[in-house]
Amino acid sequence: MKAVKRWFPPVVSLLFISSFASADTIAVARIDSGDTAWVLISAALVLMMTPALAFFYGGLVRKKNILSILMQCFMTMAIVSLQWVLIGYSLSFGPDVKGLIGSLAWAGLKGVGLTPNVNYAPTIPHQAFMIYQAMFAIITPALILGAFAERMKFSAFCLFTFLWATVVYDPVAHWVWGVGGIFHNMGALDFAGGTVVHVNAGVAALASALVLGRRQGYPDHISPPHNLPFAVLGAGLLWVGWFGFNAGSALSSGALATTAFVATHIAAATAGLTWALLDWVFAKRPTVLGIITGAVGGLVAITPAAGFVDVYGAIAIGVGVSLICYLAVAVVKAKFGYDDSLDAFGVHGIGGMWGAIATGLFATKLVNPGGSNGFFYGNPAQLMIQVKTTLATIVYSFVMTIVLLKLIDALVGLRVSAQDERIGLDLTQHREAGYTLLD
Amino acid sequence: MKYIIAVIQPDRLDEVLRHLEEKEIHLVTVTNVMGRGRQKGISEVYRSHKEAGSLLKKVRLEVAVNDEFVKPAVDAIMAGARTGHVGDGKIFVVDLTECLRIRTGETGHVAIG
Repeated sequence: MKAVKRWFPPVVSLLFISSFASADTIAVARIDSGDTAWVLISAALVLMMTPALAFFYGGLVRKKNILSILMQCFMTMAIVSLQWVLIGYSLSFGPDVKGLIGSLAWAGLKGVGLTPNVNYAPTIPHQAFMIYQAMFAIITPALILGAFAERMKFSAFCLFTFLWATVVYDPVAHWVWGVGGIFHNMGALDFAGGTVVHVNAGVAALASALVLGRRQGYPDHISPPHNLPFAVLGAGLLWVGWFGFNAGSALSSGALATTAFVATHIAAATAGLTWALLDWVFAKRPTVLGIITGAVGGLVAITPAAGFVDVYGAIAIGVGVSLICYLAVAVVKAKFGYDDSLDAFGVHGIGGMWGAIATGLFATKLVNPGGSNGFFYGNPAQLMIQVKTTLATIVYSFVMTIVLLKLIDALVGLRVSAQDERIGLDLTQHREAGYTLLD
Repeated sequence: MKYIIAVIQPDRLDEVLRHLEEKEIHLVTVTNVMGRGRQKGISEVYRSHKEAGSLLKKVRLEVAVNDEFVKPAVDAIMAGARTGHVGDGKIFVVDLTECLRIRTGETGHVAIG
């Protein structure tokens, strides 16, 4: 198997039967209860990451904008879930059209039933795979909102989320994971979505920070994070949810899921420690925001690599991501002056790129015989594949995000008025306040 | 009657209250406030972006006293709040024209204590 993705249970080769021709009795026999249980639990864990992200981001904004963040995350859960069952799943995973996109043959979940699809996950109901994937489609656009936090009009946000999920996420998911997708055929390694989710969302975040422009008063007159404990709560829940994201991507509950689980955990721990040490050296104190940012960066970077690297690979990826993202957030952002409010690009974009490339460095068949060897295991070609697919994703996501934002700006306007921005999005967009002064 | 307003460092509050207790001044109102004086204070760092900290966390303490308690109250606040560093705070003493106890309707100096 050359084109190996996140799932490649060895059974695939044994059970190379058409996914469409299976009689119910045979299919039922193939469903594995342990695998199904783990994937459904993982789906729930990945869903939890979006409200976790809401608190991670929400704690970092100013008091007057906390509800806008929570609302945007919840609205993403609502919009993308519906988009997914109606068209998104089919565009991403449906029958291939020229390697670029899935057809609409599975729109409205037509033919996506309870018997397994052997191409994607031969031991669980097809709908379990579909709903697991739905949670990835939800969190990806939600990640972007960290870049345009505190200034985007809510109507524009809703339009953007729907359009971005359809025009950017779905095709990229198809390229990497869809049967027949162009990167899938090139043999790119992306275990749980480093490119599809993090590079994709991170680059879109940079594009939106550039198109929307800075917040008023940035960088010198923006108040510090209003509730760091919320951010810590969010980061903690993200860490837990990430086990569903990465270990769940094994789509089975055995050895591979365990490897991915361990690598995920170790990378997060290493990256959190590394960032805290960097802060200790360069800012004189180890900061709470630093350690949680590092841990999230570690989780981002290990995402494409989780099922392909050993513990030492995970440690190297964790150290690397904190070094690189620290530089991106502390030096590069300040130098260029773009206002990526909550560092969606600095952590997810940059961390995701490092993860995708590091997968090409540290992947080894000793961990996963269904994967490929990376640069350090005698296969430099894999590194080139990783670089190519990452670059293609960067270009597509960046260009399409700008096009969508310009379109939405023409339709309804992207930014709230200057006065509304000063008052805050909670009151002006939602007529609510996160906190009251009086009981 | 005087109204004493003191803006002090938050970490000195317990000491100030203890000194006021010793002078048998029990009735105070305390609020968290933001303010700035001539000192720069501790600057905060978020993802390596240093906040200048132009406004600092302070505690505002208010006491209404009869004239004979003005000096003991001011002394107590000074004793509790003073560290000798820039940023110890300020005490303002203003005339108080009237004081009413809501429960009984008493007015003037009997209503203060």
